[in-house]
Amino acid sequence: MSRVDGYGRIDRTRTLAFTFDGVGYTAHPGDTLASALLAHGVTTLGTSIRLGRPRGVMGAWTEDPGGLVQIEEPFPEPMLLATTVDVVDGLVARGVAGQGRLAEVADTARYDHRHVHCDVLVVGAGPAGLVAARTAARAGLDVVLVDDRPTPGGTLTGTETVDGRPAPEWVDAVVAELAAAPHVTHLQATTAFGHYDDGFVLALERRGEGSDGGARARDHRIRAGRVVVAAGAIERPIVFEDDDRPGVMLASAARDLLHRHGVLAGREVVVFTVDDSAYAAALDLRQAGASVRVLDGRSEVPPGWTRRCAELDVPVEAGTDVRGTLGSDRVRAALVGESRREVPCDLLLVSGGWNPTAHLFSHVGGPLRWDPELVAFRPAGELPRTTVVGAANGTYALADVLREAGGEDAPTAPPEEITPRGMLWRTAGDPARQFVDIARDATVADIARAVGAGMTSVEHVKRYTTIGTAHDQGKTSGVLASGVTAELLGRPVESLGTTTFRPPFTPVPFAALAGRDRGDLFDPVRTTAVHAWHVAAGAVFEDVGQWKRARHYPAPGEDMAAAVLRECAAVRGSVGIMDGSTLGKIDVRGPDAGVLLDHLYTNLMSTLKVGRVRYGVMCGNDGMVFDDGTVLRLAEDRFLVTTTTGNAAHVLDWMEEWLQTEWPHLRVRLTSVTEQWSIFAVAGPRSRDVVGRVFGDVDVSNDAFGFMTWQDTTLDGVPVRLARISFSGELAFEVSVDAWHAPDLWARLVAAGAEDGITPYGTETMHVLRAEKGYPIIGQDTDGTVTPHDLGMSWAVSKKKPDFVGKRSFARPVATDPQRKQLVSLLPTDATTTLPEGSQIVALPDDGRLPPPPVPMLGHVTSSYRSAALGRPFALALVAGGRDRVGEVVGIPVGDMLIAAQIGGTVLVDPEGARRDG
Amino acid sequence: MTAELSSGVELRSASSPVVLTRRHPLEGRRATLEALTGEPSITLEPLVSAVDLRVDPDGGAPEAIAAALGGTLPRSPDTWTELPDGVALRLGPDEWLLTSAAADPHRWEDRVDALAAPHGGMAVDVSAQRVGLRLHGPAARDLLAFGCSIDLRPTAFGRGRCAQTLFGQAAVLLVAHAEDDLRLHVRTSFAGYVVDRLVDTARSLRPTPA
Amino acid sequence: MQLITCPWCGPREETEFRYGGQADLAYPADPSALDDEQWARFLFFRDNPKGTFAERWCHDAGCRRWLRAVRDTRTYVFAETGPYGSFPRRSARPERSA
Repeated sequence: MSRVDGYGRIDRTRTLAFTFDGVGYTAHPGDTLASALLAHGVTTLGTSIRLGRPRGVMGAWTEDPGGLVQIEEPFPEPMLLATTVDVVDGLVARGVAGQGRLAEVADTARYDHRHVHCDVLVVGAGPAGLVAARTAARAGLDVVLVDDRPTPGGTLTGTETVDGRPAPEWVDAVVAELAAAPHVTHLQATTAFGHYDDGFVLALERRGEGSDGGARARDHRIRAGRVVVAAGAIERPIVFEDDDRPGVMLASAARDLLHRHGVLAGREVVVFTVDDSAYAAALDLRQAGASVRVLDGRSEVPPGWTRRCAELDVPVEAGTDVRGTLGSDRVRAALVGESRREVPCDLLLVSGGWNPTAHLFSHVGGPLRWDPELVAFRPAGELPRTTVVGAANGTYALADVLREAGGEDAPTAPPEEITPRGMLWRTAGDPARQFVDIARDATVADIARAVGAGMTSVEHVKRYTTIGTAHDQGKTSGVLASGVTAELLGRPVESLGTTTFRPPFTPVPFAALAGRDRGDLFDPVRTTAVHAWHVAAGAVFEDVGQWKRARHYPAPGEDMAAAVLRECAAVRGSVGIMDGSTLGKIDVRGPDAGVLLDHLYTNLMSTLKVGRVRYGVMCGNDGMVFDDGTVLRLAEDRFLVTTTTGNAAHVLDWMEEWLQTEWPHLRVRLTSVTEQWSIFAVAGPRSRDVVGRVFGDVDVSNDAFGFMTWQDTTLDGVPVRLARISFSGELAFEVSVDAWHAPDLWARLVAAGAEDGITPYGTETMHVLRAEKGYPIIGQDTDGTVTPHDLGMSWAVSKKKPDFVGKRSFARPVATDPQRKQLVSLLPTDATTTLPEGSQIVALPDDGRLPPPPVPMLGHVTSSYRSAALGRPFALALVAGGRDRVGEVVGIPVGDMLIAAQIGGTVLVDPEGARRDG
Repeated sequence: MTAELSSGVELRSASSPVVLTRRHPLEGRRATLEALTGEPSITLEPLVSAVDLRVDPDGGAPEAIAAALGGTLPRSPDTWTELPDGVALRLGPDEWLLTSAAADPHRWEDRVDALAAPHGGMAVDVSAQRVGLRLHGPAARDLLAFGCSIDLRPTAFGRGRCAQTLFGQAAVLLVAHAEDDLRLHVRTSFAGYVVDRLVDTARSLRPTPA
Repeated sequence: MQLITCPWCGPREETEFRYGGQADLAYPADPSALDDEQWARFLFFRDNPKGTFAERWCHDAGCRRWLRAVRDTRTYVFAETGPYGSFPRRSARPERSA
């Protein structure tokens, strides 16, 4: 056991049990998987991704490039860092060979998003962040303070003094003050992982395994007036041969393990540094019982630190370096200096200095500049709304950090000794064994190959070598790669800069990004007022946009084909009823309403008489059909426009666009009434009987109630509108009522139709019925490249109007080409094959066999069904020059077969229109 | 007496006709909402008449219409005022939503339309277009923050404010009545989604007793 | 996620808005007077500057009003937003609190 008494903020009174690689271990609350394994002397966690070399913990937190594990219990999660996994009772984990595997079962945990608005967001609850948050809170501002570790204090180990008292006491006092402040939200275990435009920061809160029945992780979407980045700094390693061997560790990581978890990561320690900060680690480990030796790469060593080392029997060698390591799964000796002298050790601590964690500054375009004294890239320049303080800004001494973050209000700390920092990227050795990115098995030799191939940009080197592309996104290797590349190029590192920091700062589960937008809430489900009836009637639904529409109502034992044939036969033979409430409805009002509609429809609407209905087609400026529907003239200055279900919002937007941006002088106002009115289609030869039965005071005879007219009436005092509109070619009525009364009116119609065997029918049946009449479905038979003329609807295109949207495009050569694809019908000559929609159409060779490619395509099948009325399958298709080909037989490849089908006109049922009026 | 449809659904026959009655679009979810424990409470607002009023804001029309209705119309964007038996919400530069608990929908449209017509304005009945929910309790704003991106702090969205925005992926109209009392109006076709999302959120925020 | 300041509703997240392309492209007074190339230019050609660009946005999830924005295509930053077309220009509108 490497646990040291008197150290660490773990609860030693409680013991947790967990399993790693099949072996049972114990831990204490406050342990990470890394600290618990190291406490048991487990230093090798897995193997590397490319070379299969042993891998262990090298960092203390999210910067660790080595300690990847796979979690199996409580829920499978791949590729987490052992340093970031809190041990819970029953945890099952195992090491990975460079990469984990995705769970094969669905994640049943909850995840959610929460929007947060604040005046100041402080990222990091180390000394800088705590002081900044306290200052803002005292000013009465709304403050959010987030910190990625489970407890506040940042890199304070507990040995420091702030305002004359021990640092932990000071931290507790600040946290208590923040907790008592009215407008402060303080979240630990919450990583600000991305900083975006206009003060927008995403922060992921890890909340444990549904401890309160709530979310496992919460994505806080924070909109802050000001963002204070107090995210600290990350220690940088130095590259030498076999620097990837477990037991090689950042000096700060060993210190963190000791003070946070009471774990002494080695007994025989060599510290290799070019920075003063590692001396603190050396002395702390020595005091905890290890034997320690410091190798300082600088020729001048810090006198104060050296004196303290001498007092504790820690030898310090100046001007020397580590060239390599010996060992198998764990380091057993460092190879020191030119002579490669073996210095035995079980822990080799490294410090090449520090890189400010300025990622959240860089995400929003903040520039970094090389600071030769700091030997690091640090934030340079101002950004609106963003401030960087403390180590993230390259300010390391505690007294300076507190002053920078707190201004006049700042607490104080004793001064620290500062000696010049050394710049050392790598020591002499074999580049093929000098690992720069341990997570990617990428070495100095890989960088040399990139440079040899002519690359001079760190961005190119990154992509060539994959350095910085692993789970840690180069937190320890990125700047190192810049330094090594600069050396190989013989250029100063400041001329290379760093690769671009992009969100996320740490890996974020997709489930957390999805939040509540999954399962039933993935996309809004829109339903009509009669939805419950459809459900009770056993409807099978289909998605039309976000709507759930009844597709068909299978009787027991029926499949869709059988149900649709039955429903079609009912409509053509007696009467059916369909819920058409999903149609878009727009109330168009104002003296210029007719003018606007004349602009937007291809046909004339202003001449429509009050009480009448007209079918209309809308095109874009390019002359291509984008919607169709009926228009009712309700009054001289009022129309009711219906749109297709999927296009309702688009059509309203389109009309508003013209009205607001192009013709603002028109006195017209548009109101969506899609949900206000429910519409039911009652269709079939007996529909007149059913409607007449329900609305006894309405004369529903053909003379009194003609095709394409509407009438208002009331039922039980409730206003109802009836219209003679047919989308099936049959005698049909549309019945409209406000949505509140829709369920009852539907029930009345169904009840009144019982004696005629009224049959509810769905969208699939509706599609078949309209296709038998050659009525196109916009978006199914059209695809944005089809003109009204292509659909055979020249009758719906006004020749009188001087202009309307799309008209000019009809005269473009591409629109008048006789070989344009035109809507036609196809009847398979075998009278049995239902052609798959989307099938290509080709000329039928004499031998009936598909020739080798390339085969010229004549068009494609847009709609295809079995027809009860025809007793055979049929299809609609867009075929080049189709109307001139009527009578021709073409071929449709279906699987290995070539099916022959005859081209015909689009109206296959009742071409005389005799059924329309009953 | 029942009739059997070919699809197997039992339906009341014509001999026992249903008298047309107002049905709340969220009736099927009322029990779920009532079963929620803790706060905020989420309740269905009664069905009221509502019109979309469009009229030029300049030239005294809003004032004249308001006076005739016995109330005021809001002048500022995204605010609301009270009417004798309803509210007036400012939705846009020339657009208001006017509600009345007393008038029948078509009479409400006729009345407001008649008042607006002399000013070149108009009213359109949208009573059944939306449905209202009330969120009542100290956590009401917190609950909405799980779906709304706008600043819901009382300092930014206090009593008298309203806003058209998104809750999750559905367009909603939020109305602030008090710090702990908000109304949410949503188009009826989206109402099931919004309620389901609110309920899912509320359940995740409240510990369920074991 | 940018904030776009709707002239009516104030700053809102960009997901509430719909992009409407280049601003100030008037529909030709008489399209039939244009030859095919001129018409094709109106239909298919748009400016694509590096820098300041005037464009249209619609506050779809809010007041449904179109607005005219000036944006820098290099930085995405909105220099200004203002009403478009029929939007009444009213002086009575009070300043919004931040």
